Amino acid sequence: MPVIEDEATFEATVAGNDRIEPRDWMPEGYRRTLVRQIAQHAHSEIIGMQPEGAWIGRAPSLRRKAILLAKVQDEAGHGLYLYSACETLGVTRAELTDMLLSGKQKYSSIFNYPTPSYADVGTIGWLVDGAAICNQVPLCRTSYGPYGRAMIRICKEESFHQRQGYELLMTMMRGTDEQRAMVQESVDRFWWPSLMMFGPPDVESPNTARSMAWGIKRNTNDELRQRFVDMTVPQAEALGVTLPDPDLRWNPDRGAYDFGQPDWSELKRVVSGEGPCNAERMAHRTRAHEDGAWVREAAAAYAGQR
Amino acid sequence: MSDSVYSGLLGESDPHWAFGTGFAEPLAGVDAAVPAGVDPADLGRYCLMLGDDALVLSQRLSWWTSRAPDLEEDIALANVALDLLGQARLLLSRAGGVAPDLVPAVAQQPEDALAYFRGPAEFRNVRLVEGEDVDFADAVVRLLLFSVWRLAVLDRLAGSRDGVLAAVAAKGVKELTYHRDHAGRWVVTLARGTAESRRRLVAALDRLWPLRAELLVPHPVEARMAAAGIGVDPAAVAAEVDAVLDQVLTAAGVDRPDVADAPGGGRDGSHTPALATMLAELQEVARAHPEGTW
Repeated sequence: MPVIEDEATFEATVAGNDRIEPRDWMPEGYRRTLVRQIAQHAHSEIIGMQPEGAWIGRAPSLRRKAILLAKVQDEAGHGLYLYSACETLGVTRAELTDMLLSGKQKYSSIFNYPTPSYADVGTIGWLVDGAAICNQVPLCRTSYGPYGRAMIRICKEESFHQRQGYELLMTMMRGTDEQRAMVQESVDRFWWPSLMMFGPPDVESPNTARSMAWGIKRNTNDELRQRFVDMTVPQAEALGVTLPDPDLRWNPDRGAYDFGQPDWSELKRVVSGEGPCNAERMAHRTRAHEDGAWVREAAAAYAGQR
Repeated sequence: MSDSVYSGLLGESDPHWAFGTGFAEPLAGVDAAVPAGVDPADLGRYCLMLGDDALVLSQRLSWWTSRAPDLEEDIALANVALDLLGQARLLLSRAGGVAPDLVPAVAQQPEDALAYFRGPAEFRNVRLVEGEDVDFADAVVRLLLFSVWRLAVLDRLAGSRDGVLAAVAAKGVKELTYHRDHAGRWVVTLARGTAESRRRLVAALDRLWPLRAELLVPHPVEARMAAAGIGVDPAAVAAEVDAVLDQVLTAAGVDRPDVADAPGGGRDGSHTPALATMLAELQEVARAHPEGTW
């Protein structure tokens, strides 16, 4: 493919569902939107290591410990590919890290919820990774090549994580009454925040139309949310848990489930930094970054001598 | 209902899982019989020593997940922790398999009964692996001292008369080679990086060097297992361990620490308070649900 050098070729490429590559001409807004979206995704992977990572030390069997450690390690790997994809747009990982730590860029609000129970490890795999997959599978076809290719690899691993999470919950449901109660309690806490992962309703999502026209986004928030609910309800039935929504019922006319709306004011509060764990997540990341500064400086100094 | 759609969620067939959460496989086809003339209780205790070393250091290293100096190192330390955890699972299972009397009577797999339902005094790891890392220099020095020794041991153990130990060791040699090289590179990098990194590296060496002595003093179980052609006498690897450490220290431009050896006792269950603290965390959920299914 020859390098794209002008706006008309860019528009035609996007309209034809072909990929834009790093050396191609692109509108500044397209670049900015991608940096924001990919960085937010990368930051989410990195912050997302914490809620489950907190359980690595306490995983209740050695097999579960291995699964969890490998999963959290995969999240670090996802962060790495996504930062690399973002770097092809002319920003450095150090700049992106600074923007995360200074609060200039966001991460998924789901990681600002606490994980007080081991069942949360399973619920995050099942619901949170499940919602992430619904969001991310269409991104494998996103117009920006490095992002789309990173997403293909990430989606494969995420779907594996979802299965592992579901399998943990299924195993716990076969265990003691106490374990079954743990699973239900965890699902009750994570259901609504999982629905919020798709973002605000379409009528309140100002960037969606532009992102869809550029082929960065492929489906609206509400479409993806519906897909997630339709996929999850039968899984919940197979698992033997209830979902905490009195309005949830099959609608034969639509061929889809009707469901209630999350408390959108809660999403606004969590996004604006007032969620239950925002401060804790940022403090953990900041501390790790600061504690590691002398090591990174040493590595840079040593590399400079060689 | 939904069997057709979701039954696949529970399948174990997916080959993607990079580090193998399946367990039977690594030892498929290995002869698990206890070799003639070997006391199974001794073999079990020997497996516990090697298994507990791996389990305890794995637990320490996994603490670094989400706390490492950069993403690459986060991934690398998790790799090392996963390798050691895999070794621990095989070794604890072997211990429980040949010496059921060592396994606490709980309704869990032997590896989990041993990991989660023994107290600190029943753990047989050396003290080197149980200490908390003061900083990243501590983590890499601890890993270097441990992995240089363990690689030398596993290298010989690959020729053990015990089929299971030989198989575990053969797999472990590749893993430990990476662990040792990774730790060695960091020791050199920190020693030659900045004044601050050198100061921290030397401090970590001074703190941890005394603990390496315990690895090299033969325990009676190790001596008996070595005599039976099953285990490795640590005294037999002392020269090799010294030579490798000297090589790393020379590359780092750091003197061998001039510090006295620390007391051992870990192999007999005499531990520092750090182990009890670690086990309280490791065992918290499992002990809260002794009848639980995970």
